[in-house]
Amino acid sequence: MDVILEVKNISKSYEDITVFENLSLTVKKGEVVVIVGPSGCGKSTFLRCINALESIQDGEILLDGEAIDASSKELPRIREKIGMVFQSYDLFPHLTILQNLMLAPVKVKKTPKAEAEKEALSLLDRVGLLSKKDNFPRQLSGGQKQRVAIVRALMMHPEILLLDEITAALDPEMVREVLDVVLSLAKEGRTMVIVTHEMQFARAVADRMVFIDGGKIVEEGSAQEFFDDPKTERLRQFLNSFSYD
Amino acid sequence: MGFEVLAKGNNALRLLSGLGVAMRISLISVAISIVVGIAIGVIVAGRHPAAFAVFRVYLEIVRIMPQLVLLFIVYFGTTKALGINLDAETASIIVFSFWGCAEMADLVRGALLGIPVIQYESAASLGMPPLMTYRYVIVPQILRRMIPLSINLITRMIKTTSLVMMIGIVEVLKVGQQIIEANRKSSPNAAFGIFATIFFLYFIACWPISRLAAYLEKKWEN
Repeated sequence: MDVILEVKNISKSYEDITVFENLSLTVKKGEVVVIVGPSGCGKSTFLRCINALESIQDGEILLDGEAIDASSKELPRIREKIGMVFQSYDLFPHLTILQNLMLAPVKVKKTPKAEAEKEALSLLDRVGLLSKKDNFPRQLSGGQKQRVAIVRALMMHPEILLLDEITAALDPEMVREVLDVVLSLAKEGRTMVIVTHEMQFARAVADRMVFIDGGKIVEEGSAQEFFDDPKTERLRQFLNSFSYD
Repeated sequence: MGFEVLAKGNNALRLLSGLGVAMRISLISVAISIVVGIAIGVIVAGRHPAAFAVFRVYLEIVRIMPQLVLLFIVYFGTTKALGINLDAETASIIVFSFWGCAEMADLVRGALLGIPVIQYESAASLGMPPLMTYRYVIVPQILRRMIPLSINLITRMIKTTSLVMMIGIVEVLKVGQQIIEANRKSSPNAAFGIFATIFFLYFIACWPISRLAAYLEKKWEN
């Protein structure tokens, strides 16, 4: 399989606080990588570094062999290829659902309106929200907004999707509807890097699991190894904190 | 009831032109306030501590000081102290703009700071360059928050122009007084008729504006 994303030895710090050092990650086309770890371990920051929402102090990030550089003029063009969905509902509140979906394709990619609308409607239908197309974001539940946010990212035809704790702010009964969408994307072979606290979901969706703690990758491996046969004591402790038996 | 004085001579026309003076002062001040206020608001929203401190003092002065005192300081005060001979209308426009810029800047600052960072970030991660993000994502949200509030400010400024007669400007209220004085003998009830008419004129000037604000607020409540 071809490599899409290569993160090489990146380091991130805020003044005198080091978030992580020398982190590396390679993601192949069609692969779903799930990153887990305790709160504050740097996993969300790591994800945000990938599309340069955070600057890095060291190392490099390559997408299709092209460097992602926060100071580059080319950054918007590279970001088109990286879809990102955030924890908080980040839809544009002044636009309807359909307008939210069409804005970036029409303005950035110059997709003809009719074409963008057709695609938006078919994707909305797929996530069960076609009837909401003319509603405003405030009229939707959290789970519905997150499904729209995923669709909005898909509208740009990204080569890779970054999902940053997209269910962390949702009521429990809405988590499922969002994760089902992500599972179906995984089935169709989307490349994704997912940060989550939902372990069962992680197990179901991941081709590869990565455990970050204290700014380092402590362990990584296939979902089965990772959950059934953790090699490190630290990961065992972490996984135990999710079970009640 | 005293309305008959309106028909005498060109009294009705004089009242209208008085209203014209009031509207001219307020609209020029509003225009200055919008342009300069937006600039100040953007600067202050940059969170520079010194800029913010200066702005706080400015805003407090405007809010604490009665507009009338400001008018007197600028009109009478500058003549003696600085030897500048401002005409009354210029002095009024300075005072109203001084007030309007502060309030407008505060509205812009609040609206700008009220936009969550995630709005910039999600636009950026869709590949939108900064200018496009402002054009389609940030500015529309700021306008939606600001326009109803700034229209409210405009109607307050129109109403407050009634103070400028205190520095000798013959605006609608002053014209009214003059008409009443001149007709004291022939129409002793003129006060009611004239002031009721002025009430109506202010209403005509401000009502459509405040309706517009209410309409926009409703339309944009999402």
